[in-house]
Amino acid sequence: MKPEPKRNLKKVQRVNNQSFFDKKLFSFFKDQQLIGSLNLTVWLWLLVFCFFAFSACRSHSVSSEIVVAGSTSIQPFADEWAELFMSKNNKVNINVQGGGSSAGIMAVKEGSANIGMSSRELKEDEKDLKEIIIAYDGLAIIVHPANPVNSLAIDQVQSIFAGEIANWKMLNGLDQNITVVVREEGSGTRGAFQEMVMGPRRISKKAIVEDSNGVVREIVSRDENSIGFISLGLVNDQVKPVALDGVKPTEEAIINNNYRLRRPFLFLSRQEPQGLAQEFIDFVLSEEIQARLSQEGLIPAKKITVINSLSPGET
Amino acid sequence: MARPKSGGDRLIRLSLLLIALSAISVLAIITIFIFEQGLPIMAKYGLKNFLLGQDWFPSEKSFGLLPMIVGSLLVTLGALVIGVPLGLASAIFMTEFSNRRLSGFLKPVIELLAGIPSVVYGFLGLMFLVPFIRKNFGGPGLSVLAASIILGIMILPTIISIAIDAIRAVPDSYREGSIALGATRWQTVRMVVLPAARSGLVAGIILGMGRAIGETMAVIMVAGNAADLPGSLLAPVRTLTSNIALEMAYASGEHRQALFATGVILFVIIMILNFLANLAAKKQFRK
Repeated sequence: MKPEPKRNLKKVQRVNNQSFFDKKLFSFFKDQQLIGSLNLTVWLWLLVFCFFAFSACRSHSVSSEIVVAGSTSIQPFADEWAELFMSKNNKVNINVQGGGSSAGIMAVKEGSANIGMSSRELKEDEKDLKEIIIAYDGLAIIVHPANPVNSLAIDQVQSIFAGEIANWKMLNGLDQNITVVVREEGSGTRGAFQEMVMGPRRISKKAIVEDSNGVVREIVSRDENSIGFISLGLVNDQVKPVALDGVKPTEEAIINNNYRLRRPFLFLSRQEPQGLAQEFIDFVLSEEIQARLSQEGLIPAKKITVINSLSPGET
Repeated sequence: MARPKSGGDRLIRLSLLLIALSAISVLAIITIFIFEQGLPIMAKYGLKNFLLGQDWFPSEKSFGLLPMIVGSLLVTLGALVIGVPLGLASAIFMTEFSNRRLSGFLKPVIELLAGIPSVVYGFLGLMFLVPFIRKNFGGPGLSVLAASIILGIMILPTIISIAIDAIRAVPDSYREGSIALGATRWQTVRMVVLPAARSGLVAGIILGMGRAIGETMAVIMVAGNAADLPGSLLAPVRTLTSNIALEMAYASGEHRQALFATGVILFVIIMILNFLANLAAKKQFRK
């Protein structure tokens, strides 16, 4: 029972301090002359002070925070999920950062992120992380809508991006040079394309390089002779996705694994996720969010897991 | 006029000195940082491979920067070819051939050009210039030509405003003397005014060149960024600055260091160009 009075004492003291401060502040404001003589600089400093005080208050009201970092292909979706999650749960903060799949894997390994995001399969030496498949994304090979070519074989795509097929005429198209548009070195989308389509072959040096899916789509939508690749979820009616070996990139084809260019969106964690991280992952895997995914062009993870469990051997 | 030095004067002098030193120290810190990050990888793979290698495939540990070095120089040269004649002609017109009211209207308009953000230039280039080149000259449109034209326009305000100041600084007695000798207006400009204003004109061109070689955003948007030696003016090209900005988002490890090495090379190239240009300006001034 000893500590009890002590604590009370402290409280009393604090209250006293506060009222003392208040009084002083009050008298300060009562002195009209003094206010009049305050110049602009002082007011600015007060403003700055209030700003800091306010932001300090804000960070105090958040009780827990996790960092989600990695693939910039997943980032825009993750931002949205985080916002929804935070609007439903007060006092939590989900901090979503980009940086790319490799950076996300590194961050979660080092512990600077609670959840890593990767839009490519893990390599052998990264397999010590726990992976949760959030969704699947298709990679679409896109051309201008006016391009008469509707379907390509995968080795034709390979030859186009390697720079060997340089004219649409060789593909039963118009007699026009092909403008190849790719993503920059290091991007997850380029990595996925390199892995799934090119294999060991190099993407041509002559290819135009842009640093986002949006710009690639913009350029392909304006140049009738161009070809590029973007996330299937970002395909709109300004561009035409071509069929690969006769298979159109539809949700169904990706679920059945008939369309070959698909990649997983992974959440990664060092150990079994706990607390807020687990809650957030559960939230993303919930019916509500998974239903949103298919509206946004992604393929919900559950649809594919079901099919995989029906036909083992397929991965 | 000269007052005895007071304590207040000394205080101001000291604080201004400190401010000046801090500005310079920022430059020093940047330099040290870039070199510290960039030099180790250049040492590891050899300077020759960086400067003369033609393959830029960071994922395969191949870091040839020659296409980007050539790209930067080519695009800058192109910008000067377009920007210098236009800029000097406008400056000459506004100082020597137009009346006060017209030039009083034109000068702020041209200065406004300098205030347009580079991303806007790039966007306009992507929307109008690139399709125009694609339709009329062929190729993908995203090209050396597009980048040169956009940069040529972007350096105009720099060149024009400095050239105007340089030409206005030529004393009127020079012009009067020339006209008194029977020279026409144009002869006066060509043979008297321009030579007298030469060092200022060269300074304007140097600053314009600096802007062109350092510009990044607008160039990324219209140049196509293929890391290959351009075969023609209609081929896409990547500059050193674009190389850094384009790939820094995802670069890690040696790829990231190689981007710093790109910065080192850009730094050295800008130093060399400035040195040469200053040398040229001084030589002409002595004549």
